[in-house]
Formats: sequence, C-alpha cells, structure tokens
Amino acid sequence: MTINNQLFNQVSEFLSTEADMLDHREYQDWLKLWQPDGVYIVPVDVNADDYKNTLNVAYDDEHMRQLRVERLEGGEAVSTAVAMPTVRSISALRIVSASDDEVTVRCSYMLYENKEGDLRPYPAKAEFVLVPNSDSFLLKKKLVKLMRASQYLATISYIF
Amino acid sequence: MNKPIDKEAIAQRAADLVLEDRVHKDLYSDPDIFEEELDKVFNNTWVWVAHESEVSGKNNYKTAKIGRQPVIVVRERKGGINVLLNRCRHRGATVCEGNAGKTKAFTCPYHGWGYGLDGSLRALPKPEEYENLMDKSEFGLVKLRHESYQGMIFATLSDDIEPLEDFLGGAKKWIDLFMKQGAGYPLKTLGEQRFRFPGNWKIQLENTTDAYHFPIVHKSFLSSMDETSAEIFDFLDGDGFVEDLGNGHSVMVMIPELVDLEEKLDDPIPERFADLATELAAEGHSDEEVRRLVRAVGGSGFNLNLFPNISFSMAFFRNLVPISAQETEIHHIAIGGEGAPDAYNQKRMRLHEHFQGPMGFGTPDDGEAWERVQRGSMAGDDGWIMVNRGMSRMKTSADGNPQGAVCSETGMRAAYQQYKKQMAS
Repeated sequence: MTINNQLFNQVSEFLSTEADMLDHREYQDWLKLWQPDGVYIVPVDVNADDYKNTLNVAYDDEHMRQLRVERLEGGEAVSTAVAMPTVRSISALRIVSASDDEVTVRCSYMLYENKEGDLRPYPAKAEFVLVPNSDSFLLKKKLVKLMRASQYLATISYIF
Repeated sequence: MNKPIDKEAIAQRAADLVLEDRVHKDLYSDPDIFEEELDKVFNNTWVWVAHESEVSGKNNYKTAKIGRQPVIVVRERKGGINVLLNRCRHRGATVCEGNAGKTKAFTCPYHGWGYGLDGSLRALPKPEEYENLMDKSEFGLVKLRHESYQGMIFATLSDDIEPLEDFLGGAKKWIDLFMKQGAGYPLKTLGEQRFRFPGNWKIQLENTTDAYHFPIVHKSFLSSMDETSAEIFDFLDGDGFVEDLGNGHSVMVMIPELVDLEEKLDDPIPERFADLATELAAEGHSDEEVRRLVRAVGGSGFNLNLFPNISFSMAFFRNLVPISAQETEIHHIAIGGEGAPDAYNQKRMRLHEHFQGPMGFGTPDDGEAWERVQRGSMAGDDGWIMVNRGMSRMKTSADGNPQGAVCSETGMRAAYQQYKKQMAS
C-alpha cells in the first residue's frame, strides 16, 4: 500500500487555508481560490445526486459567489452587521480519487457560530473537487452536507 | 393544591389583547396563551398540510403538523388522498417518520400494529388477547376531514366548520391567479428549505403582509439585482395595495403589472431573464412558449396571506409551524411547472435560492428583524405593538373589501381580527 504523503499534505494545507480564510472573512481571497466554472453547493437533500435540478440551500456559480461576497461585505444586510467570526475545523480527511486533472477529497467539516452568545454547532461532511494549479489547487466544487440540512437550519450570515 | 388553570380566561385575555390598531406583546411570548392558540386557532380552522404534487404518486406520503399535532398526508393506490393523525391507536407512537416517502402500509415500530394507507387497522401481533375487548374496525388511525382547492390540501380537526371554499372566500380569486406560475403546466412543488427562528409565529404571519419593511430590510438583496429589476421591486410609491379578504386572509399587491401572468405576454423580455429566453429559444421552444415561460418565471406580483399557516408569497409557498411561544419553524416551498422545460424549473429554483431560505439574500435579514421584535418587545411596561399604519386612509376595493396602501398594515389587522374572533370563541 502506497500513501501519497505529498498529495495528502498539499490537499490538507489547501483546505486549512480555505477554512481559515472563511473564518477570517477574507472573502476576496477566497473568491480567487475558484475556477470560473466551479460550483459551491449547500444542499437541502444530502442524498440528491443532481443538484442543478434540485432545490438547495445555496447553489452558487461564479456570479452568485461574487454577489454573496458583496452582500456579506457590503454592510447593507442587517443580519451581517452583528455576525461574529466563525470557527471551523476539518478532520477525517480522505482522498477519494486523484488524477493529474483533479482530486476529490472528503472530510468532516465542523463549524461553530456565535449568535450573540448562543453557540451553534454545524457538523457536516464536505466534499471538494480540486484542480491542480501550479503548486496548489483551484476549487471546482465545494459541497457541504450539513447534518441538519433536511430538518431545519437557522439563518446563516457567512459562507460554510 | 395548585389552582386549576382557567383555559377560557387565558383565551379571552388573549382576545382582549388585540385592539383595532394595536396588539399586546404578551401575544408574542406568553406560553399559556400559546397553548390556547393551538386549541382555539389551529385545532379549529382549516390548516394547510400539502400541495397535491407533494404526494403525486400512489403510496406517496408527507408528514405535516396541525399546530403541534403530527399528521400524515398520503395518496392511496387508487389515487385518493387521506390525512391521518400520526399516532398509533394502541400506545400513541408515531407510525411514520421523515418528511416524505413512499410506503404500502404504516407499521407501528413499538408493537407492530399495521395500518393501511386509508388508516384502517389491518393486523396486529397476537390478537387473541383482545378477544371480546376491541373491534378492530374502530381502531384505525384517526382520519381527518380534508378538502382541496387548486391542489392545495387543507385539513381540520373540526367537523363542524364551514366548507373550505367558504373559508377561503375572497382569497380564491387570488389563488387562481397565483397558480398561473406553472406557465401553462400544472403547478408542482420543487422542494423546500426549512429553518427556525427564536420568535413567535405571528411575527412571521405579519411579515408576509408587510411591504413597508422591504426597501429597508432587503436593501442588500435589491443591490444584488440589475437596475431595472431593482426598480420593479421599489414598489412603495407604486399603485399596489393591501386588501382584507375576510376570515383573516389578505392580499398585498406589490407589482400590479405582475398580477395576471397570462397578460402582457408581448412585453419586452426583462434583462434578468434574457439568458433564460435565449436558452429556451435555442431548445426549440416557440416564441409564444418562451414569452409565457419568461413572464411567469419570476413569480406573481403579490403575496396572498392565508390565516393561519400558509402564504402564497410571490414565487413560493411559505408554511409556518408553531413550535413554542418563542420559536417558529418556517418552510419555504419552491414551485414550478410539471413537465415544463428543465431550464424553467432550474431558473425558478435558482431565483428561490437567491432570496429565500437560510442562506438566501433576503430571509436572513427578515429573520434578524423578527428576532429583534421578539427581544425588543419585552422592554418597557407599555407593551403595545402598533398595527395602525394606513387606518385613516382606507378605501373600498372593486370587490367591496377594505383596502389600504401597499405599505399599510391592513393585512395584519385582518389576521389579528380573525385571531381575536377565534380566541374569544
């Protein structure tokens, strides 16, 4: 059995960076992590396989990602005015498949939100499709399957 | 000994806390009043439970709630729909879990009592111990009275209230208009987003008939649209209105040009739907079909608010589920056309995700405002919440109903007067 430590470390570093950017609301840098045709998806139905033809919590192409960031940074949305930083951690990282063209990786994705003292945990399984790009990657897909997605959520003022 | 709770006195107190022009903060937070609301409001009227497309195939079911009571809406093999209390007649366990699915029978997980989709008790383990004790035919799942209008299924725990169509009354005309969003195809649901907020259900009920908040709370949504579309949503100075339709129902017309989606089919294609029009035309749809689809894709120009738990809100259904005095669950149900081109239904889902739901560009700001009402209304010893906006400028509509300006609180007053009537009954 061969373990590609180098790939694992590169993927791990990329995902940690992505998570840290979002916790620190470095949204402009986050937008640069994406391929133009990449999609960001937070499904309602975590068992769906055709998200384009399914209603989701979020299904963002490049344009919608840009608009979402403008909304979060613009200061016009009352729900973002009081939002406190999030804390997220990534574990159980597993490379599902890897080729020269793309790497599919799955992980446990835990986000904590502080809503005015009410600490809300959002456990999820996340799936990333990464495209190698010089010495790092670009995001082709980020899929965040929240444990409570098909039951109920609260309103969200950040990016998972 | 504890004093027995005088339930009638609590309900009457709630009724007394609704005046013509104001309502009291206790209606948002008093747990005793909440308990009485479940009985007086939700258990004594028509409560929306499903759209027929949610149980479109045989043996399909969805679960829902009437107030706090769990129910099952299920389509039998022969096509008939039943609404059943989700409660085993033996020891009370639910016999069906999950939001929706398909089944040939309901089996209680506790002792294995098996029920047909019509609710009848079919079989149970070791029946001999019930010899001379029980007639199986009397122990089916409780079937509720239900009626439909335009595919919307309403159920009630009351056998003596008026027929559904009488209850809907003046709202029927607006339901008919709203259903044109199928764009020539039968309307169907396209999935739903669910979320909860820490506040009373009536705060949400008010919101669907509140145009006054739109340019303030939804500024960031308007900024995310192209200029022409943002102008269309700048409707407070327009010719819109709010009309009291009776029985607690109201309609708020925000964009009069979008009231009837089968009219104005020759108008220019709006900029924000130009891509959709191009895509549909490239798929070979006729110009007439493209225009019909584009005209309907963004939804209707009005919110129809039905008391107590369902609203037809521009382009989706909003279903509210009371959880406790200070917690409410909201379902935002997307809709489209059964058999309509994929591009049409995809566009409707993407538009829905843009504004609606936990990560939409609209809902989180609404939620923040509602939470603040719940918290802020606790302050002070006055406690009155004002709903008097537009009261001195009321007119009579063409249909003979009380009508106020688009940003008046006419719809809230209509809902609260129905609430008052039921709480005092």
